[in-house]
This record gives sequence, structure tokens and C-alpha cells, in this order.
Amino acid sequence: MKPAPFDYVRADSLPEALAVLKAEGSDARILAGGMSFMAMLNMRLARPKVLVDIMRLEALATIELRKGEVVVGAGVRQARLLAWEGLTGHLPLIAKALPFTGHAQTRSRGTVCGSIAHADPSAELPLCLMALGGQVHLASAAGRRKVPAEAFITGMMATAKADDEMIEAVSFPVVQGEGTAFREIARRHGDFAIVACGARVSARGIRLTVGGVADMPVARDLPPLEGTALDDALNALAFELDARDDVHASARYRRELVRRIGRATIEEARRCRA
Amino acid sequence: MPRLSADQRHEVRFTLNGHPVCGRAGPRLLLSDFLRHEIGATGTHVGCEHGVCGACTVQVDGMLTRACLTLAVQVEGASVRTVEGLAPEPDRLSALQAAFRRNHALQCGFCSAGILMSLDAFLKAHPEPDEAEIRDLLSGHLCRCTGYTPIVRAALEAAAEIQNSQRELTQGETAHA
Amino acid sequence: MPGMLDVTRETGWVGRAIERVEDAALLSGGGRYLDDLGVRPGTLHMAILRAPHAHADIRAIDTAAARAVAGVVAVLTGADVARLTAPLVVGVKAPVECWPMAVDRVRYVGEPVALVVAQDRYLAEDALDLIEVSYETRPAVVDPLDALAEGAPLLHDGFPRNLASDRRFRYGDPEQAFAQADRTVSISVSYPRNSCTPIETYGLVAEYDPHEDAYDVLANFQGPFSIHAVISRALKVPGNRLRLRTPRDSGGSFGVKQGIFPYIVLGAVAARATGHPVKWIEDRLEHLMASVSATNRATTLRAAVTADGRVTALDYDQVEDCGAHLRAPEPATLYRMHGNLTGAYAIANVAVRNRVVVTNKCPTGLNRGFGGPQVYFALERLMQRIAIELGLDPLEVIRRNLIPADAFPYRTAPGALLDSGNYQATLAKGVAEGGLAALRARRDAARAEGRLYGIGFAAVVEPSVSNMGYIATVLTPAERRKAGPKNGAQATATVAIDPVGAVSVHVASVPQGQGHRTVLAQVVADVLGLTPRDIRVNAEMDTAKDAWSIASGNYSSRFAAAVAGAAKIAADRIAQRLARIAAAQLNVPVEEVVFEGGKLRARSNAANALAFSRVAALSHWSPAQLPEGTAPTIRETAFWTPPELTAADEADHINSSLCHGFIFDYCGIEIDRDTAEIRIDRYVTAHDCGTILHPGMVDGQIRGGFAHALGAALLEEFAYGPDGSFLTGTLADYLVPTAMEVPEPVILHTETPSPFTPLGAKGVGEGNCMSTPACLANAVADALGVADLRLPLSPSSLAPLIHGAEPAAPAGIAAPTPAPSGGKGERLMRGEGKAHVRAAPEAIWAMLLDPDTLAAIIPGAHGVSRVSDTAFRADVTLGIGPVKGRYKAEVSLSDLEPPRAVTLRGRVEGNLGFGGGSGAITLTPDDTGGTHLAYRYEAFVGGKVASVGGRLLDGAAKVIIGQFFAALARKAAGGSAPAPSLLSRILAPLTSLFRRRAP
Repeated sequence: MKPAPFDYVRADSLPEALAVLKAEGSDARILAGGMSFMAMLNMRLARPKVLVDIMRLEALATIELRKGEVVVGAGVRQARLLAWEGLTGHLPLIAKALPFTGHAQTRSRGTVCGSIAHADPSAELPLCLMALGGQVHLASAAGRRKVPAEAFITGMMATAKADDEMIEAVSFPVVQGEGTAFREIARRHGDFAIVACGARVSARGIRLTVGGVADMPVARDLPPLEGTALDDALNALAFELDARDDVHASARYRRELVRRIGRATIEEARRCRA
Repeated sequence: MPRLSADQRHEVRFTLNGHPVCGRAGPRLLLSDFLRHEIGATGTHVGCEHGVCGACTVQVDGMLTRACLTLAVQVEGASVRTVEGLAPEPDRLSALQAAFRRNHALQCGFCSAGILMSLDAFLKAHPEPDEAEIRDLLSGHLCRCTGYTPIVRAALEAAAEIQNSQRELTQGETAHA
Repeated sequence: MPGMLDVTRETGWVGRAIERVEDAALLSGGGRYLDDLGVRPGTLHMAILRAPHAHADIRAIDTAAARAVAGVVAVLTGADVARLTAPLVVGVKAPVECWPMAVDRVRYVGEPVALVVAQDRYLAEDALDLIEVSYETRPAVVDPLDALAEGAPLLHDGFPRNLASDRRFRYGDPEQAFAQADRTVSISVSYPRNSCTPIETYGLVAEYDPHEDAYDVLANFQGPFSIHAVISRALKVPGNRLRLRTPRDSGGSFGVKQGIFPYIVLGAVAARATGHPVKWIEDRLEHLMASVSATNRATTLRAAVTADGRVTALDYDQVEDCGAHLRAPEPATLYRMHGNLTGAYAIANVAVRNRVVVTNKCPTGLNRGFGGPQVYFALERLMQRIAIELGLDPLEVIRRNLIPADAFPYRTAPGALLDSGNYQATLAKGVAEGGLAALRARRDAARAEGRLYGIGFAAVVEPSVSNMGYIATVLTPAERRKAGPKNGAQATATVAIDPVGAVSVHVASVPQGQGHRTVLAQVVADVLGLTPRDIRVNAEMDTAKDAWSIASGNYSSRFAAAVAGAAKIAADRIAQRLARIAAAQLNVPVEEVVFEGGKLRARSNAANALAFSRVAALSHWSPAQLPEGTAPTIRETAFWTPPELTAADEADHINSSLCHGFIFDYCGIEIDRDTAEIRIDRYVTAHDCGTILHPGMVDGQIRGGFAHALGAALLEEFAYGPDGSFLTGTLADYLVPTAMEVPEPVILHTETPSPFTPLGAKGVGEGNCMSTPACLANAVADALGVADLRLPLSPSSLAPLIHGAEPAAPAGIAAPTPAPSGGKGERLMRGEGKAHVRAAPEAIWAMLLDPDTLAAIIPGAHGVSRVSDTAFRADVTLGIGPVKGRYKAEVSLSDLEPPRAVTLRGRVEGNLGFGGGSGAITLTPDDTGGTHLAYRYEAFVGGKVASVGGRLLDGAAKVIIGQFFAALARKAAGGSAPAPSLLSRILAPLTSLFRRRAP
């Protein structure tokens, strides 16, 4: 269980990294924390011709608060965001969700942007990006563009990022006056979520984002429903997500959790707001 | 921008447990294999090579790192700490290691190196942990022998002991002043 | 020896939880595990190509490209291996062959198909990628009961109906007992597949010496060394030309490393073929898929019971699933418990039917608990059912059936001789000190609040020190007579004294982390009046130099009872001679000599003393001074086998094990009403393992066994698809419990020493693997009020029991249907979609029949070749995200209805796995000159991607199809629809089938 051969580029600047991507296209892959990608390399599920290591680029290792957004650079490791003093105040949902991402031993290396680039449907950070309506900042040799969360993730491990692009940063809007909550059910602590729910509750309504069920995290905006109306809305959502069976959980169990954990998460967010 | 080609071995310089070392590695060589078979530091073990079991956990520039999910070439210039660097003297165990021995917190010992490296880093950052925090940290490691309880106990005992000795040290310094 | 050499527990080392001599090195990176040891210059590295199919004929293997890789020294296939070896011995008499590498046919996912030997492991794996194997798949069978059914796929011609053995046993008069019973209670259970998965995988270094036709293998094998004979026979050399050695440290085994032996044969053959030492370290994917597994078993168990809950007879129908090959020592898992089928209970009448079947799964072997979990899951679940059906308290039913305390040694109906015990006392201690009354109050309080809380019990006898003859119970008495007698449990230990009086101990055991070296030092120190520090223990094995026998090794919890006892005997014998030497010099009778504090002294006069080292060195320096008739004290090897372990008798009574500990467990659990997650509130385990040699290690064994059992009960399962595809190929899918899942059990002890072992000790390493799964399941059954439970007790499987019928889907959303199965049992992924294309159906159709354009339009296609007008082959590179693989594709067009409909069938095979499927495309003209294109597909995937990425497969398929139609829509909107690119889009649903292999 050893990787197939590849060249390794230790990028000293962003343009250098982008030049490799431009030249090599889909044969090149960005190496950041590597917590998911390296396992794929070891299993030879991935066979890039060249890896571009961006972790020496200090310019990417920044967390900035600008214009009502928190911008997290591609070099920021998950543990660093978790330890950032502004996290609970500005991004309470992420503060609640991030401890569920892997384990301390993987958060220490894994990056925020890397998890989003990987777009695993059960992962917490793509869920948060979707829940918060964040944006992904893509860079290529040709220029830069920002893609909203819902346009960025296109399916199971599939994104709108072109082969010659890399994620330079992601930005999460800072929202005040909301209640937030995050809940996750997994077979073991730190495992991929069977169902993860992130809820934001404001006076205007509810935004519930569900991971682990469909091919990507799905956000649903609901009016401020209560009682059976909320149950009905969650039941509809549970079926619409087209849950799958796998060895860890049946589709039916996933739907049951969407109904029950979805509701519990919304209620917790309401208590949090009050 | 160095580009290290796949078919050649390249020099990798770093410090291991405080000592400068140098070895040669192709780009795809895993840090776990590099430490064990190139550098000869076999205390770091390999259990799964996909980042789940935690046996290969080391510290790279202070960060907990799965050596099996890291390339040797990535540690160029870094400071790497492994289980071989834990004991203060060859014939004396650290407080954490001694607590493991006292509490029978290991049986086969194969997972222990990674667990010790995690706890070593964690106790420095969280000198007064509770059991829940220790268990949360340990959930990044698999142990098949102990059922974990003795490891939790050893970690809590070591934390208390380290705290006490530091308190005594501080008091001693205060007394001198 | 008389009491002279006895050391009281108050003053001795035995019985104290001293720090282990092993630990300083293990905690400092100083372990000497197999992969830590250096190898000879020129050592090569082996990697193994494994079958992606559960059942297939091998049509051809092309190794040319692999051989051409720089650094590759050899590529061997099953035929090459077969030329140099003989088949592995099969555990029953049948005309079947078992090879360590598949010859002609693969029978489980992961079966070795070829091996590469290269300068390093990375290069060897590069070469594996280039080996091309052509398979013709066969239907597979996965479930043991299905395997017995009429018309089931057959694995071996020599096992008609996949049945390797079918034996019936009858003890007492079960028919009469059932006829007279007040009630009959029965239960049908199926125990799942799992394994104790040590963190260190298999590893070996093999050498071959052509000059002496001899093999030398270093491996983290654990025994039993009866397997040595199996290996040497396979290698076609006498035993003295197979030197098998083990390293000092082993990274855990729990039985599992017995299963390395077929790989020892492969490594040895590779060394012989290349003329170099060959090293192999198994990787985790290999370990999970193809190392070894515990057996899964389908059991129907009936009990004849009286109205007050007394069990008068049991009737077992056990169907044991040993996987694809019956490897030595199987079917031992089924017979290890044979004498103990009545558990802890006095039940005089027993009927048994034991069937052994083969299925398309990994072969089975030793695994902690070894047969115990399978038996007790049935028996202890049944005891609970008896209580429920009779309206009695489950604990009371256990109590009423326990073997009376004054009945020991007690002969069970099937023949086990239970050495000692006071089950009532252990149970009473468990109830009182474990806090059962408080736990019952907690249950009442929880239930009053509407919470789901349950209490479960289990009482089990834990056998240890296996009788080497129990496995022969699978043979009929006539077959046994023919095969020759087998029985006993030879344990071996050597105590040696060097010229300065330093004491060394060697045992023919293979510790896997239990701390043997510490305990042996304690035992021998006590005999010789020394400290454990004075004793150096070597527990490495070397069959060329050490004293050993077939029972050597570390399994069936035999260390404390047998091996430590043998060391005591060897030390006693040396001490006896030392005492005689000292008596002569001290001028006291030999009975007066006391070993104490590093001296041999007169009991009545402490000043009359000699240094131990002086007496001990005499045999080296001055043998002439030894008292007449006293043998030297340089080295003493003791062989010990208990006389109680006799062969099975003519009526199939078998004393399958020497020692029998007792465990009484109970627990309180709560199940979350929303998530169905189980929380263990309290777990109490009361043990009697005889004399405790080292309390820390005994509790360590209990905690470790408990954690393994908790994993088996709640989390772990080797899952297979109906087509035999392996679905839990990583440690992210095979769920080993972590510190978050394992609570601290309350451990209680009573001690009734075994009268049959030198130290009074019994085994303790496996008991909780036997008791805990049943205990937890009983608690869950109590909480939910249900009868049928399957392990592992996953929340997903329990949730419907709590939640009842699912709410209906709202109007407008189709109710989901379960995934269907294909002809060979594959789980099919299904989907459908449609698009509008701005070209007429006739134009699209024309392109469909032009395979030459395919090369340009299938993404990642290289080298398309045409087989016929409607069939072609291609090499394609397909993937999603970072996952990419190369595949060979075969595609055909059929059901042609020009220009309206066509079915595309495809099949791909590559190093990431295989897949196939069909897509039906219909073309309907619209009224603007365009076409409505609709498709339906069915696809399946197997091999590596299914093993490691099953969670992601369906979604990956959808992504690719979605991308295709997005592109189609874009192109169509653009108005320009050049023929080839349009065709490419029509065919893309097909190519997406290829891609479905990628997670």
C-alpha cells in the first residue's frame, strides 16, 4: 500500500503553484494537509503525475475578518481555525461543527480549504460552507473568481473547480442575531457522519443544512415552522434527499435521523437564539 | 521552486528529536517508511497507512502528524519529534512513560508510540485535562489490547504529576528569588 | 517438591502487579517487532496481487509487463507456486486441495493470485499494477445456509453441497428429555464475521538455502506450532529443514497471527525462486480483506425445560462457515467448545448436529474467543428467552441451572472435565459488589420516565489450555482410530544458569504483548529466592534450537496455566539440585535449605548461608564437587502435559480443554429513542480464573477482551455483498472501538485454584469475548422487548424496532425502493435520466453504429479496437475528483431498433476493481427536428473501490451522469452539433458506468 510515483513541487509562491497547474492540468494535484488525499495516494486510488505542496506559502496561511466575512486561506489548518479567538463570536456554527471533523491528530494537519475541495458529502466543513452561504475563492494562472457554495459543490467529491484552478481561500459571512446548532450522528466519534445537521434560526426563519444523506450537503430554507408543520417539512426533506443504504446505515435510518435530529438541531438553535 | 523528480532520491534535512539528520527519499516515500527504514528510528510504527489507527503519529513542528499521510520530502527543514525523544535519559522514563508502565497502559506496545506522542503534545497545551478530553484525544488512536481505561488513567496521573513538579519548580524559583 | 521450596504469597513475587520488564523498551521506541529488525543485504520485498472477485476462473495471467519493470526480480503465479510446493493440509478427509495462492480459480475477494518480488515494496506494487489477469466470473455464495441449499454455487467439487463435514452427537438421552419437558424453548441466531485485527499486521522474512535444501523463516507467527508441520509439508522438506523463528516483540495477535502460515509458504517459495531473502509486510487492506477471520455461524438451539426453568436437555444445530478453504486447524473453531456446549449449567442430555460449510469469503482461523462467542451467543440468549417465556427472572433461571459448587471436578455431558469453581459464590459476589440492586433501581427509574433501559446477564465457562485432540472429534470414531491418537497439551520451559550464576528462562511460547517475560521472572524468582530483576527471560522461538512441541505457541489462553507452570517445574527441578549442593556445604539436611534473598541458607540459622551465585555456578566451575548422584544445574527443560487431556472416546466424549474459569457478567444499557444509539451505563464482570499470577495483567486481559467483545457486539463486522464483494476494506469501515466507545468495566474476582495446573492458574484471555456479546444483546433485548437480535447491534438495525412504521413520503415524492440484485448477486445501482438534443434521431443513430469514432469521444480512451460491428474494446482512464484508474473495457450494442432504441452493455476491469452494467437508450423525435433522449441504467461495481469506497459509489455515478447531461445541454443550446461530439454524449451514460468504480 504505497503511492504510485509522482514528482513533487514545493511551491515558493502562488504564481509558481498556478503555473504547474496550468502546465499539467488534471495530472497535477495540490497537496495541502493531505489527510484525505494522501490516503487515496497510498491506496493508489489517485495517481497524479505531480504534487504541488502549498504549505510553505505564508500568504495563504491567514485568517482575516474583512467586510463582514471571515476569509480563511488555503494554508490554514483546521486546528488553527478551531483555536482562532474570533471563531465562536463570528462563526459559531463552525465552532460547533469543527470538533466533529476527524480527530485532533488530523485537524492538526488538515486544512479548511482542503476539506472543502474534497467535497465529501459527509464532511462538516462543506456543510458549514453551504449552511452559511460562503464563497470559494479560486485562483488560476488566468485569474481569480469567487464561486458561491451552492455552485461550487456539484456532487459527490465533485466541484466547479477547473483542473488549472486551486482554492486560494474560502469566505464565510458573519451573521449576527441568529441561533445556531450542529449535531452529528456517526458510528464512532470522528467517523464520517451518517447524518449531520447544521441549523441557523433567525426571526425570519430556519436554514437547515443536512450532510451525509445526499451526494452533497443540502441547505433548506424554511419559514419559522412549529409542531407538525415542521415535522411535515422535515419528512419531505428526508425523502427528497434520496438517502442511500451502505454498510453503516440504511436509507431509512438516515431519513429517520433527518426527521429527528433535524428537529432537535433546530430546537437547539432556537434555544441558543433565546 | 524545487521540483523533485519521481525517479530520483533527494536529500531531506531535518531535526529529529533535536538532532540534525539527513536522509535520501524519493518524492513518494512516506515519512513513516523514511523514519523507520532510512533514518533507522523504528519506534514509530505503521498500522494502517490510511491515517486511521494512529500508530504512526509523530510531532512535526509541534503539530500532531500521521507519518503515513505525510511525505518524507515534506519535512525538509522541519523539527520532528518521535517516541525515541520522550525519555529524558536512556535509563529514565518521562513522567508520561512511567505512568504508562505503572498503570499497565500497554500490552503489545505497538500502538503506544503514537498515543504517547499525542498525549505529550496534548498535555503541554492542556495541562489540566479531564477524562472526557483525554478520551476525545485518544479517539484518534486504536488500541486492541488494553481497552483504553489504563491509558486514560495513566494520562490523568501523568498530567497531575507534571503539574505538581512544575508547581514545585515554580515554588522553588520563588523561594530562591 | 515438598513445601520446602514453596513461597508464600505474602512474601513472593507471584500474585503482585509488578511493573513489566517489557515496558521500558516498548515505551521508548525500543521494541523489536518484525519490521524493526534488520535484514541481510540483498533482501527483496514481496507484494501480492489479490482477486477482486469472490468466485471466478482464472483464464489467463499476463505478467510480461510486470517482469519488465526495473527492480523487479520475479513474478510468480499460482502455477509457479504449485510447482514448488504441495497443497496445504485440509482439516477433514475430503478430495479437495488448498493452495496458498489460487490455481485456476479464485474463491474469495483477496485470494492471492500472483506475487512480485522486487528491490523495494514501492517497486513491487508498481509491478502489481501491470499484471493482467483475465477472469471468468462465477456466481458466489456468501451465507452458510444458502451455501447448503439445492443449486447453490459450488466452491469445491470435493465438498458436495459445500458441506465439508456433517456430524451428529448424542449425550445422555435428549429425545426422552424433550419428550418429557414441560416446555421447549428455541432460538435461531447468526453470529457475524469479525476479527480481532491486531495493530501490527503479518510480517515475515524468508530465506532458502539451496545447498542444504532448507528454509529459514522469521515471522510474527504465534503458534500453535502444529502448523510448523503443515508448512514444512507444503514446502516439501522435513521439519528439520524448516527453521521457523519469531521476533522478541509482537504487535498483538489474539489468535490472528496463526493465519500467517499460507504466506510463510509464499514467502519461502519467493525466496527459493529468487535466490534472495524475501521480506513481506502485510498492509492493512490486505489484512482486513484476506488475513483471517473468526467463523460466522448459524445456530438453532432448543432447550427442554421444566416449568420452574430447569434445562434438562439442549439440542444444537450449528452451521459453521469457514470461508473459501478449510485451512488448518479448522474446523477447530467449531470443536474447541465441544465439551463445553452446556456452558456453566448442569445439563445431562445434549444432542448436536455440526455442519461445516464453505462459502466465498476469507478463510477462517484462530481468533480470541475461538468458538466461545458463537456458542454463548446462542446459549445465553436462549437462557434469557427461557426466562421470558416462563415469566421468570433471567438471573433466577441462570441460578437454577448452575453446576453445584460441590460437584467439581464435574464431567459435562459432552465430556469436559470442569476442574474447579464455585459459580454460586462468584455470582453472589458479582451481584453484591457489582451493585445489581442499584442497577435495577436505575432501570425502574429510567422506565418510569419513558426511557429505554435494559439489563442483561451472561454466565459462561471459559475454557483454556486446549486438548490437541479435540479437533479429532470432527472425525468419526472409526476415522480417528485410523488417523492415530491425538491428545495432550505439551508445554515447554527451560531454566538455565550461566557460569556466574545468572539465571535465564526460555519458554516455547510466543507472547503477543501479554507480559510473559515479567510473569516468568516472578515465578522463577520465587522458586530460587531471587528477584525478578535477576532473571532474564527469552520468549523468542527458534524451532532449530529450542525445545518445542506441536502445542507450543500462545493460544487458547494457555500461558498462565500451562507455560508458566512448566517454568515452575523446570525451576523446581534445578532448585532441588541446588538445595542438595547447598545442603552438603552447609552441613544441614536438604529439607533445611531455604532460598531467600539471593542466598541458600539453613532454615534455623540465617548466618549459615551461601550466595546463590556460588552454589549455582558450581556445575560449571567444579562439577567434580557436585554431591554424588546430583545432576548438573546448568540447564533444565521441563515438558508438561496434563494427564486429564485424553483423546475423544468411542462415544465422542471429549475433554476439549484443561481449565475452566467462570465469568458472570451483567450490564445496564440505555438506548436513545431518537438515534437508537446504545449507551453502556454499567458493566460488571465477575471472574474466577483460579490463582492470579499478576493482577495487573489479569485485569488487562479482561479489559482487552471486553473491548474486543464490545466491538463485536456493537460495531465490527466483515461485511460482504451478496455477490461476495468485500465491503469493509479500511479501518474507516471496519469499525474498531475507540476510547470514546469503551467504558470501564467493574471487574471482580474470586479465586478457586485449578487442581490440574502447577500454579493453580487458569486462562483468562478470552472469557469476555465469550460473555460480553451475549450480555449486551440480552440487555438490548430487555430494553426493547424483542426476541431476535443480530450482531453488531447497530443503531440503524435497532431504530425500526423503536420507531415502528415509517411516516409516508409526502405526495409527489416517490417512495424509495431497495436496491435490487443482479444475476450473480451484485448489488445494482440504478438510475435514469433524460435530455433534449437538437439533432434528429436518425443522425444520432448513424453515429451510434460507428465505433471508429469512439476513440475520440470516450473520455480518457486510449487504443480503441473494434471487435465486430457492434462490439469493441478500449483502454480507458476514468475517475472522479482525485480518484483515477485505468480499465480495460468491453462494450457492445444490442437490442437495436433503429433509430429508436438501443441497449449498451459494458464491462470494465482494472486495478481499482471491476464493474459493468447496461444502459437502455431511447430516442424520440420531437416536432422541431430534435430528439428527446432517455436512458435507464443498471450497474454494479466490485473490487478495491467497493472495498475501500463503498460509501461513495452511488453518488459518484450520479455526478458523472449529471456532468454528461450538463455538457449535452450546453452543446445542444450552442446549436452546433457535430456528429462525433454528439455521439460522445449519447455514449457518455455508458462511460459513466465505467466510472462508477471510482468513489
